Amino acid sequence: MSKPPLDLPLEALIDKVQTARAMKVPLLIRGGGTKDFYGEALKGEPLPTTALAGISDYTPSELVVTVRGGTPLAELEATLAGRGQCLPFEPPRYGNTGTVGGMVAAGLAGPARSAVGGIRDYVLGATILNGRAEVLSFGGRVMKNVAGYDVARLYAGSMGVLGVILEVSLKVLPVPPRVKTLRFEMDQAEALKRLRAWGRQPLPISASAWWNGMLVLRLAGAQAAVQTAVAALGGEVIEPALADGFWRGLRDQQDEFFGAAAKAVAAGATLWRLSVPQKTPPLQLSGEQLIEWGGAQRWVVTSAPASVLREAAAQAGGHATIFRGDKRAGAMAPLPPAQQRIQRELKDSFDPDRLFNPGRLYPDL
Amino acid sequence: MNAPLTDLDIPLPPDVPAPSPEARAARQAVVLEALKPLLPAHALLARREDTVPYECDGLTAYRETPLIVALPETEAQVAAVLRACHALKVPVVARGAGTGLSGGAMPHALGVTLSLAKFNRILDLDPDSCTARVQCGVRNLAISEAAAPYQLYYAPDPSSQIACTIGGNVAENSGGVHCLKYGLTLHNVLRVRGFTAEGEPVEFGSEALDTPGLDLLPLVVGSEGMLAVITEVTVRLAPKPQLARCIMASFDDVRKAGDAVAAVIAAGIIPAGLEMMDKPMTAAVEDFVHAGYDLDAAAILLCESDGTPDEVAEEIERMLAVLQGCGATRLEVSANEAQRLKFWSGRKNAFPASGRISPDYMCMDSTIPRARLADILLAIGEMEIKYGLRCCNVFHAGDGNLHPLILFDANDPDQLHRAELFGADILETSVAMGGTVTGEHGVGIEKLASMCVQFSPSELQQMRAVKAAFDPAGLLNPGKVIPTLHRCAEYGKMHVRKGLLPFPNLERF
Repeated sequence: MSKPPLDLPLEALIDKVQTARAMKVPLLIRGGGTKDFYGEALKGEPLPTTALAGISDYTPSELVVTVRGGTPLAELEATLAGRGQCLPFEPPRYGNTGTVGGMVAAGLAGPARSAVGGIRDYVLGATILNGRAEVLSFGGRVMKNVAGYDVARLYAGSMGVLGVILEVSLKVLPVPPRVKTLRFEMDQAEALKRLRAWGRQPLPISASAWWNGMLVLRLAGAQAAVQTAVAALGGEVIEPALADGFWRGLRDQQDEFFGAAAKAVAAGATLWRLSVPQKTPPLQLSGEQLIEWGGAQRWVVTSAPASVLREAAAQAGGHATIFRGDKRAGAMAPLPPAQQRIQRELKDSFDPDRLFNPGRLYPDL
Repeated sequence: MNAPLTDLDIPLPPDVPAPSPEARAARQAVVLEALKPLLPAHALLARREDTVPYECDGLTAYRETPLIVALPETEAQVAAVLRACHALKVPVVARGAGTGLSGGAMPHALGVTLSLAKFNRILDLDPDSCTARVQCGVRNLAISEAAAPYQLYYAPDPSSQIACTIGGNVAENSGGVHCLKYGLTLHNVLRVRGFTAEGEPVEFGSEALDTPGLDLLPLVVGSEGMLAVITEVTVRLAPKPQLARCIMASFDDVRKAGDAVAAVIAAGIIPAGLEMMDKPMTAAVEDFVHAGYDLDAAAILLCESDGTPDEVAEEIERMLAVLQGCGATRLEVSANEAQRLKFWSGRKNAFPASGRISPDYMCMDSTIPRARLADILLAIGEMEIKYGLRCCNVFHAGDGNLHPLILFDANDPDQLHRAELFGADILETSVAMGGTVTGEHGVGIEKLASMCVQFSPSELQQMRAVKAAFDPAGLLNPGKVIPTLHRCAEYGKMHVRKGLLPFPNLERF
């Protein structure tokens, strides 16, 4: 556990926000810049957070770690691994300079998300710097905490529009004692059907991925549970090192599917992220599809018009995000009027002068 | 005992100076006239004898007579009532089963209590996708009962689950014995639907695993009726564990028991339940349920494992090893389901058992880091001497969530006063130890003063601004959860908080 640095970095941040307020100059909150590609275009004077780094407190027996926002994610993960613990939601790492604050602000989770929950479910508390240059703390270091509104969790996925995450307390979990990966050959419809049937049973399924006629399943948990499940489910057992590489490649979007997607995007296609109910049947969309989270996260590489994707996702009861590519149709799915109004009012309540990351999610947010 | 409402956070109409009986009657007439066309006659209560049952929730020390009680039967009626109240600037207090323990559903003297008790239908239960879409007034346990034929259940199990509603659970972000392993209400709800204070339909969350833009579901869950009126909840169902077994462990020292709790978690075990009872509580419950609890133990731990038979066998062995290593003086593992339920019967009957041995009790609710369990128990022991009152303790030890029960006789006003001071002391000590003033019961009106200790004026102001984003007119459940600055000034205690501070060496007044 590293000693927290002097609070000079914090003073510097407060100072910059106060100046920006006075000068009416927007600020671009930036950790490692690994999520620059996500959301709408970057605007504002860079406000770097990397100096505000360090693990303030880590008590493995409490299952809590409290980290300053500018701490490299790699440092946090290494520290947790040293004590046999991890961030169960497997945040993706686009490059190795990503920060913990950026991870929370982006709100992106990896293959385990549907089994264990998203980033928001693991945020216990946060200290933030709002647009009035106020240092505010919400939540705490305990899970059972219902004092006031759950403002800390609101910061997960907020993409910096509500202010800077100075410090965050995250729940952590032990690394599962046993992990096994199985592979099955089947089409998308069959895969979705099987995943739903398996979801009803007490199986230790921690992740799934379907692409190109192949379903890969990860089992994780107690030894006995994993062993029994492997025997019951069948399929081909994948050798651990290979499996490890597969899930890491999927998590960090470095694998074959995303490699091909990058090439397609460079040639003018769009990489879409569809977030839909798990029960959604196969979507008839042109282009390659990779399906994760038991059917709840579907990546589509396509040149189809945005309206087709947005319509398909909305019909299914979900939403579609332009993850990479031409974002003129708007990176994020449009909001219903009541939601739009509330989100705008919330933004104003944290950042009345619209200093932070203007337009990063929506034009008026 | 009535707590006078002085902090009315909403602007009263200019022609109503103060709630004198005549002004109140006039106001009631205006509001009744507006609501009569919107609801059937039996769904509007205005006479005192009809509204008495709605004057308080589970926190019976705080009562208020509402202007009117409305009991809508359809969502259209809910929207219409909200629109009418908004037009007249009438406060609205939503109410489920009224089992809340912090006064969150206590009426507003000039407001409408909106009872959602009639919203008790399960609209859709889909075993294939493990979800259930239910109206807000459906009882927590009723959801599990409906899911049982499919080997599914709704995991969060607050102790009031046979009576409390899912809408109320959403309002409080309720927990329960199993939330260490299975999460709070927030982790088990996919989507809520309802109306804003203006009667506009609104939805938070989704059957998908995320929504575009800002994630507002965590704000709404736990918002105690202050941000929106929720009429429908879509919950996640979980496969019912095949087997559950419970270990009952005795310790001759409170600190050893506290250390054992930390040790179980440190060993990488996430028990299905991990509860603690201290010696006075054990004595009270043994006398009540005769389950064979060890009356000599300074503290008793109930440690449960659930899952497949193989998983449970493996986990029980690991748990026993840890508890043994921490100096447990007695260890018993439930041999069958009947015995498991017997082990739990005392813990589950902690409140009625306490009610037998004392004319009154005040149930506290706070959370501290697990590692401080023994410290807070010892501190409470010292407070017993300071305030001259007994206190029995039950804990959701796995979460560090404590429920001290302060025993007193309300007929003696001095005892009531000392009990309140005792309670406030526990809450503030919890904050000082790195915890929070409420783990699961909510702030309501009961913890308003303690909020002044847990949050700074700027933090309280930010939360007021969040509320205003949803409810600019401030009509939903005013006077609850977030204290006014005036209230904090009156309370006079210092904000106690750990965390990032600029200039940490500067003295703070």
